[in-house]
Amino acid sequence: MAGISTSSVQAAAAAAQVGAAPNRSLQTPRARGLRERLIEAPLFAAAFVTILTTAGIVAVLLVETLSFFRVVPLRMFLTDTQWTPLFSDKHYGIIVLLSATMLTSVGAMFVALPLGLLAAIFLSEYASPRVHRVIKPVLEILAGIPTVVYGYFALLFVTPALQRMIPQTAVFNGLSASIVMGFMILPLVSSMSEDAMAAVPRSLREGGYSLGATRFEVATRIVVPSALSGIVAAFILAISRAVGETMIVAIAAGQSPTLALSPLVPIETMTAYIVQVSLGDTPHGSLEYQTIFAVGSTLFLMTLLLNIISQRVLRRFREEYQ
Amino acid sequence: MYAGNGARRRVSGRLFQWLCLAATCTGVAVLAVLLIDVLMDGLPTLSWTFLTNFPSRFPAQSGILSALVGSLWLISLTALFAVPTGVAAAVWLEEYERKGRLSRLIELNISNLAGVPSIIYGLLGLGLFVRWMGLGRSLMSGALTMALLVVPVIIINCREALRAVPRSQREAAYALGATRSQVIWHIILPMAIPGTLTGIILSLSRAIGETAPLITIGALTFIAFLPNSPMDAFTALPIQIFNWVSRPQAGFHAVAASGIIVLLVVLLSMNGVAIWFRDRSRRRLQW
Repeated sequence: MAGISTSSVQAAAAAAQVGAAPNRSLQTPRARGLRERLIEAPLFAAAFVTILTTAGIVAVLLVETLSFFRVVPLRMFLTDTQWTPLFSDKHYGIIVLLSATMLTSVGAMFVALPLGLLAAIFLSEYASPRVHRVIKPVLEILAGIPTVVYGYFALLFVTPALQRMIPQTAVFNGLSASIVMGFMILPLVSSMSEDAMAAVPRSLREGGYSLGATRFEVATRIVVPSALSGIVAAFILAISRAVGETMIVAIAAGQSPTLALSPLVPIETMTAYIVQVSLGDTPHGSLEYQTIFAVGSTLFLMTLLLNIISQRVLRRFREEYQ
Repeated sequence: MYAGNGARRRVSGRLFQWLCLAATCTGVAVLAVLLIDVLMDGLPTLSWTFLTNFPSRFPAQSGILSALVGSLWLISLTALFAVPTGVAAAVWLEEYERKGRLSRLIELNISNLAGVPSIIYGLLGLGLFVRWMGLGRSLMSGALTMALLVVPVIIINCREALRAVPRSQREAAYALGATRSQVIWHIILPMAIPGTLTGIILSLSRAIGETAPLITIGALTFIAFLPNSPMDAFTALPIQIFNWVSRPQAGFHAVAASGIIVLLVVLLSMNGVAIWFRDRSRRRLQW
């Protein structure tokens, strides 16, 4: 066997040491089996913690959300057009927070999708290995910067810049948060799309070149369409990331739950609302306390759905070229 | 199919290449602008007293000591809970149950957990640790919440490190009669340590910058003492920064920028260590 070569000497030596150490090797096979079982149990328990985490999330959200809906009818939650749980005249229309979340997420996609896709095409089709080695880690840094730092950047750099260009921009607005969020998500889109493009077989590209296509034509008419499902999966995951993003919108988009379509006025996303209530001293068991779990459930369901769709799309594309 | 005006096609190809390059550079440029902006705002107020002072009502006297110490406490406790759990789970998934139905369920669950927004973990921590287990708004609640948040990431990274150990090593040991646990303990883990450490450090550096879950479990933002035990109230770098950013006075914004510099330096040094380990593991794993 070619696999067992000099490298395996080390393994053999270590294994020999195992055998020489306490008389484990003299144990009956049955005792060894029992010992192995005993070792496996805690390892399995650790893996099972992840299942418990999911169960915990669902249980906590469900319990508080159900008590919320015992007071506020589901129909009111879905159809009311005002969100004022912190005022005396209380309304619970999730649509207000939901529309703000949609607005900022869609805005972020306008930045992240085109730039991310073009960057992916550049890295996969044009960049030399050396350029690739430098640019890719730099882009990844964008994804590693804490979101509170982006919030600072959005509020104190991007917003003043926007106000100089569009004077009616408010201090808190969805546009600034969207733009900055888009750059935060860009590396996710570019690296997932690039992975999808890397999985496109070389022969397809070469077929294109042999028919006289230019690099541009190969990239846009062969590589991108062939990698489309991977790219779509990246887009969907990016939307999910934007929907769940908290600090940027909490800092830069404001905390005014209004049903606004303009990106220039203060709004309040689902995540920003949870932050707003958490910062105050909310008594446990109050309806106010339960609203954040009802909003959290909505958020959890949305991101879960998006993640599942993204995984489905991705799995399909993997089958294509194997 | 691709016949037509050659010159025009060449030009549009060139234009497209520039467009792609420009898009890539935009990302890099934004990163540069962000860093320069933070440095310009924060460097003037960054001083030794800033590092050794507690927060204050006056920007000039504000310091980051309690947040820095709180973050170190938080990350150490998180590592204490999350690292053994994550590594053990990765070993189980990679070396024991590779194709069972249960392991497939766990795998699917892990990839879903990795996509759950961090603020949802905050709600879990609030309901489970702060209220139900009665741990209050303590370091313990924060660390347990953070641990649940990073365990899926640690598992994913560690499995990759374990997968990088050549098959031949396992087979050689099995051929000599070693049991599975002996193979794992004496062969696989020693070889996978550098890669595993890289994964662990990168996962923990994510926890250092997380803000939303800590706000949700109710970590305080104005703390003028240092925590002595895991049951004490605490503040952390990102929440302190958030607190300063959300104040209207410009003085606090400058202090926030100084805090961001401290946070980024902590992150940068963690990532530096991780990259150092990765380079080491690459050198060692060349067979």
